[in-house]
Amino acid sequence: MTDIVTSVPVPSNKISPDITIDVSGLEKSLRRPRTAFNYIMSFLTAAITIIALIPLLSVVLTLVVRGGQRLSISLFTQLPPAAFEHGGGFGNAIVGTLVMVGIAALISVPFGILSAIYLAETAPEAKLSYIVRMCAKVLTGFPSILAGVFAYGTVVLVTGGFSAIAGGIALSILMLPTVILTAEEAIRMVPSKIREAALGMGATQTQTVWMVLLPTAFPGILTGVMLAVARAAGETAPLLFTALFSNYWLISGGRFNLMQPTSSLAVLIYNFSAVPFQNQIELAWAAALILVLIVLTVNLIGQSLSRK
Amino acid sequence: MSANIPDQTGGPRESISRQPTFIEKHSNTVFGWATYLFAWLTVLLVLYIVCVIGIQAAPAIRDYGWGFITGTTWDVNAHQYGVLPEIWGTMYSSLLALVIGALFGVAVAIFLSEHFLSSFVFSVGKLFGVQFHPLWAKLPDNFERILKNLIELLAAIPSVVYGLWGIFFVIPLIRPVCDWLNSNLGWIPIFNTTLSGPGMLPASIVLAIMILPTVSAISLNALLAVPPKLREASYGLGATQWETILAILVPTASKGIFGAIILAFGRALGETMALAMLVGNANVISWSLFSPANTLAALLANNFPEAGPKEVGVLMFAALILLGITLFVNMVGAFILQKASEPQEGVR
Repeated sequence: MTDIVTSVPVPSNKISPDITIDVSGLEKSLRRPRTAFNYIMSFLTAAITIIALIPLLSVVLTLVVRGGQRLSISLFTQLPPAAFEHGGGFGNAIVGTLVMVGIAALISVPFGILSAIYLAETAPEAKLSYIVRMCAKVLTGFPSILAGVFAYGTVVLVTGGFSAIAGGIALSILMLPTVILTAEEAIRMVPSKIREAALGMGATQTQTVWMVLLPTAFPGILTGVMLAVARAAGETAPLLFTALFSNYWLISGGRFNLMQPTSSLAVLIYNFSAVPFQNQIELAWAAALILVLIVLTVNLIGQSLSRK
Repeated sequence: MSANIPDQTGGPRESISRQPTFIEKHSNTVFGWATYLFAWLTVLLVLYIVCVIGIQAAPAIRDYGWGFITGTTWDVNAHQYGVLPEIWGTMYSSLLALVIGALFGVAVAIFLSEHFLSSFVFSVGKLFGVQFHPLWAKLPDNFERILKNLIELLAAIPSVVYGLWGIFFVIPLIRPVCDWLNSNLGWIPIFNTTLSGPGMLPASIVLAIMILPTVSAISLNALLAVPPKLREASYGLGATQWETILAILVPTASKGIFGAIILAFGRALGETMALAMLVGNANVISWSLFSPANTLAALLANNFPEAGPKEVGVLMFAALILLGITLFVNMVGAFILQKASEPQEGVR
């Protein structure tokens, strides 16, 4: 307890005969309100941080414990069970999630990268660029369910049925802003010397973009795509009434059909969490564990790409 | 002079430089237009989304008008629709989650930005006269970095998983506490109903946990961006650590922290799954924390899959209201963060 002393040894309170300074205010002691306040606040902050971390760690722990119980190969190969059945799995939901995220990536990645090239290279200072950036930021905070509402209005009502395509389009809207903003950032990070060298050698702007900027910015762009994929894979709300759910494989009668209701891991968790059957609830936990593993793996790979 | 330069078009030293070919020249133009087109498409997409929802909602807006916002019943058979309980539930749950999430999120950000962990470990070490070997003197700081990454990773966990956790972990955990509060302090309006399972409080708690990473990650960046000179000057004038934090660091980073809170609010307003699973989906306006309620997003999630053509129009109207609220909140948040990232005067 060396730093909590009751009085500070002061050599002299008097600097000159006329001026006296009260140095007792500088004393570092728990009896001083200033110091005591400091200790109390530090303690409170530490306590709050620990309290905040408990639920976060508890989510992870519960997932591992309850989801881990049901992990087996049959989860990946079997179809969801009916109400009173035992066993079963969610192979079709994993395939469905991958297919729909794939469709979403096919739409949003070229779209996003071309917009990003405009923002970073063609006209960074143009008025349109500011508007596009604002739109991308607005889309970032866009409630995911509204992407579902949009896809319902444009695809489900037009084609007359729930489908994997509708789900993919809903997800692509959520992926787009992440792809645009991170790709723009990545292209801007390319040192301007490299760019100028290419232009100075006589390359056209298109050649500069394709042969110099995009290859150099590739890790950064890939990070953005991975983050967007990770987000899309976990989204439930936009799939609820665009892809709906299905208890069967996407391939029906030997034909790969994207225009039918499609199951996904996230919707499976939602549906099974509301039923009173133990088997389904266990499957929901196992699906949650696998979904989180997929999302975190993609996320970590994405982050590690840009860290180098 | 010119005689010494070899002829560009012929001669022994033929140059490799040439004009761009026809294809190169025109593909450049086409590519430039393509990027221009896609930039416009991004803007048009946002407008198109608003238009699609607006046009689908138009019949319902004509039929119900303001009565839709002030009405409190949702009866598909009687064609009576009103979303006041949902607007109330959306606001109530988001504000409640924001209060909890912001308090904890900012505290975590301060904890991580001030290196409390290492200073605590070192002062304890000093107390017992322990000298730290350079090899593990860095351990607390590394632990803090891991903590920071962990919190950011937790933002990536899908909301449906938080909802599942809420149903099977939070509700059983808080039920005894809620029952006790209701039986002993039931005269206070916020405790005057029993928790029958899903309800406002579990939904808000889970929502708060979900927005915590957002708040703490952005606040932490804002706190770390405060110029170190300011902190040093404050310590130099004799301020204690917390006087520095509250009087210098937090006010300097306040725009960033405030922007983080607004963005988290936007996320809470639009959050669907955790609420659809936990809030109880009851058309009730109540101050009680334990009463079931409903939110706009949960209403959409629950009613859309089996909605008839007439109800779809009404739901589109509800979606339009949600869109309006979240767009407004997000634009305010983005604007504040934009302001916050501008360099501050006098502290460069």
